Amino acid sequence: MNTVAPETTTLDIEGMTCASCAAFVEKSLTRTPGVQSALVNYATEKATVQYLPDQASPTTLKEAVVKAGYGVVERAPDTSAADRQAALDEQKARTYQQLKRRFWVAVGLAVVIMPLSMLMLWPALLQRVNMQGLNYILLLLTLPVLLYSGREFYVSAWNGLRHRAANMDTLIAVGTGAAFAYSLAATVVPGFFTSRGLMPEVYYDTTATIIALILLGKVLEQRAKTQTSAAMKSLLGLQAKTARVVRPGGQEIDVPLEQVQLNDVVVVRPGEKVATDGVLLEGASAVDEAMLTGESLPVEKKPGDAVFGATLNTTGSFRFRVTKVGADTMLAQIVKLVEDAQGSRAPIQRLADKVSAIFVPTVVVIALLTFVLWFDLAPVESRLPLALVNFVAVLIIACPCALGLATPTAIMVSTGKGAEHGVLIRSAEALEKAYRVDTVLLDKTGTITRGEPAVTDFIVAPGQDARRVLQLVAAVERQSEHPLAAAVVRYAEAQDAAALPATSFRAVAGHGAAATVESQVVLIGNRRLLQEEGVVLPPELETPAAELLSQAQTVLYVAVAGRAVGVLGVADTVRNTSAAAIRQLQQQGIEVVMMTGDNPQTAAAVAAQVGITRYFAEVLPPDKAAKVQELQAEGRTVAMVGDGINDAPALARADIGLAIGAGTDVAMEAAGITLMRSDLQGVVTAIALSRQTIRVIRQNLFFAFIYNSLGIPVAAGLLYPVFGWLLSPMLAAGAMALSSVSVLTNSLRLRSFRAN
Amino acid sequence: MDTAEIFVTLGGLGLAAFVIWYFFFSARQTAAAASTAGGVQQVAITVKGGYSPEVIEVERGQPVQLSFYRAEENSCSEELLLPDFSIRRELPAFRTTLIELLPQRAGEFEFTCGMGMLRGRLIVK
Ligand SMILES: [Cu+2]
Repeated sequence: MNTVAPETTTLDIEGMTCASCAAFVEKSLTRTPGVQSALVNYATEKATVQYLPDQASPTTLKEAVVKAGYGVVERAPDTSAADRQAALDEQKARTYQQLKRRFWVAVGLAVVIMPLSMLMLWPALLQRVNMQGLNYILLLLTLPVLLYSGREFYVSAWNGLRHRAANMDTLIAVGTGAAFAYSLAATVVPGFFTSRGLMPEVYYDTTATIIALILLGKVLEQRAKTQTSAAMKSLLGLQAKTARVVRPGGQEIDVPLEQVQLNDVVVVRPGEKVATDGVLLEGASAVDEAMLTGESLPVEKKPGDAVFGATLNTTGSFRFRVTKVGADTMLAQIVKLVEDAQGSRAPIQRLADKVSAIFVPTVVVIALLTFVLWFDLAPVESRLPLALVNFVAVLIIACPCALGLATPTAIMVSTGKGAEHGVLIRSAEALEKAYRVDTVLLDKTGTITRGEPAVTDFIVAPGQDARRVLQLVAAVERQSEHPLAAAVVRYAEAQDAAALPATSFRAVAGHGAAATVESQVVLIGNRRLLQEEGVVLPPELETPAAELLSQAQTVLYVAVAGRAVGVLGVADTVRNTSAAAIRQLQQQGIEVVMMTGDNPQTAAAVAAQVGITRYFAEVLPPDKAAKVQELQAEGRTVAMVGDGINDAPALARADIGLAIGAGTDVAMEAAGITLMRSDLQGVVTAIALSRQTIRVIRQNLFFAFIYNSLGIPVAAGLLYPVFGWLLSPMLAAGAMALSSVSVLTNSLRLRSFRAN
Repeated sequence: MDTAEIFVTLGGLGLAAFVIWYFFFSARQTAAAASTAGGVQQVAITVKGGYSPEVIEVERGQPVQLSFYRAEENSCSEELLLPDFSIRRELPAFRTTLIELLPQRAGEFEFTCGMGMLRGRLIVK
């Protein structure tokens, strides 16, 4: 038995675009003879392989990776994802430059061809010019337009035809090709026409102008298209390029972001971007997270808090430990989510899709029939030119690109715009469903309210020092693990109450807690605690306690050395923005309904505070989905807003679920829209954005349909018998170029969307 | 009706009939069975005025890797859409773009270009 020690090597894998790519590479490596184990990390783009050197080698491993369809980078760590993207961008920019050059060549020649063709309008001039010679000059001028500027149309049409697929280029190619072929025949064999009593007319100007105009449309279209994805680009551009990593020795060095690894410690100074996701170790600061959440106020961060890549540190400085890199970071996940949405298809688009699929062949048939009818019905001497001109006009005006662009461009812009506002839309379908919502069902805890108790009132008996009492109470509560105790401690800290030491702490289950502070026994808890300890509540505390109870608050009683000295009102407080957001929804004609597990009294108090008239109280978590159904049974289209795991079934049940806060993945999975900022303003933004987007899509589809359905009959000459109207093919080309540009421009209007 | 009219009429109608047959009724390019290598169903697709092959059959539950090679610069095919899998990907010209997916349920899923003019089908069995 031979005993060769296994060796381990690391490969830099290139070309992986998602987590399943990593699985492919891993599988392929594992199946290579001699490989004992293979581990591929998508985030770091590295494969760690353990292999037996007598059976495998780095070369065979590389072959395995290449066979799986990926590449192995030869120790050149600077070919990062960003560089690859830059290379692609460069290629695109080059293509755009070429397109512009082809456009200008077409324009330059068309400008010469047009007036030369007009010569024929002056009979006096015509007699002095050799008609045939002029035609040959025009032919020479048109050839570069056809073969250089318009080449793509013919190549693409030919490729498509071989696939039995017809695209917009087919129409342009057939249209301009027919005009050119006719002109060519008239130039080369004019005798064929004159012998039949026809003028050997040429349409070189038509050919050249159509190509120039369509190229103009393409140039404008390309420019607008880059703008539709600008929001995504800017989101990715937010990432820091380098990170200042603390090495084990203690020195700090700047390394490229790609080289940052898990558990590295990274330093962030004032005004710098946080490089990647992590947990704050030491220091404190306020971080501007607006780029991720849309929330405009900086968030306070202290040790133990999570920080996110691409957010902006304001004034303090801190160190954090890296917990996520690459595709696992919050920013990467947001980008992924938005990209997925942009790849999805909106139901509203289905009709346009069906039409696009059969459009081109149908138009070709209509164009052929147009030709036949004009040829048969027009006067003999002009039937061939009229048939030809109308044939070309139909083909050119019918180009369906506006139809194809109508929905996707609007979705692209609005999903990107949503991300800017912290509204993550999962799919185009979600966007369309949000548009139809007429009822918003809010889960109270965590959405309308902050979801954690806070001290709202603190009343001391006459003659007591409030500050002193608070210090004593906080000393006891610091020892307790009860959620209400945490609220009291937070309140005390906010009031800058000094921290005192407490001894002989004991928790009284269900009642409260007690401890000795500065040799006095301090009690804090509910009324039963006071009763059991034999403390009498004086009337001057009885009245405020009763008032707090009537407001559905939880009341904590405080006794020091056997005397009741104060009461605290604790409640889950309503967010500052809730009432305004609910009012805005109501102003949009949406009914807002609340549901909560609380008792009817508490529910009523919160509902009244935020202006909600209809609410469900004492709803147990498993019944939340049933409440959604109940509303749906009333014929409503329900948007459910929730934050917790127990909201997931209701989020999924609703016509559209909005998960609030990026808290739980389960809730995000079940929701069609995720709101990164943790308040109801995001709901208003999401619904407003969806309404505006669907409006734009409808306008786009209307323009595109109207334009094609009116344009084709006019181009076919349907109005000629009535008004004598014919559509010149050149006008058709201009209209066609404008149609897609106007649809794109309309979609780009969504870029100016503002929340509120 | 003179001879030219008869000629044009018959020619035009004949051509129209041919167009309808060619685009709607003629047999499609035969479905390419996916080659399975290492549990991954790999299919190479060339994009040039259309997708070849344009009908792809794969097995359910097995990862699928489609490698699209775009052999043209024409803008019509620059985007690939697989809406049922929420995939929108740019296909750079003269490069291979890999697209991975895991078909969970059987059915026919269309893939198209950005404008929905070029079409192909993924049949999951
Ligand atoms: Cu077009």
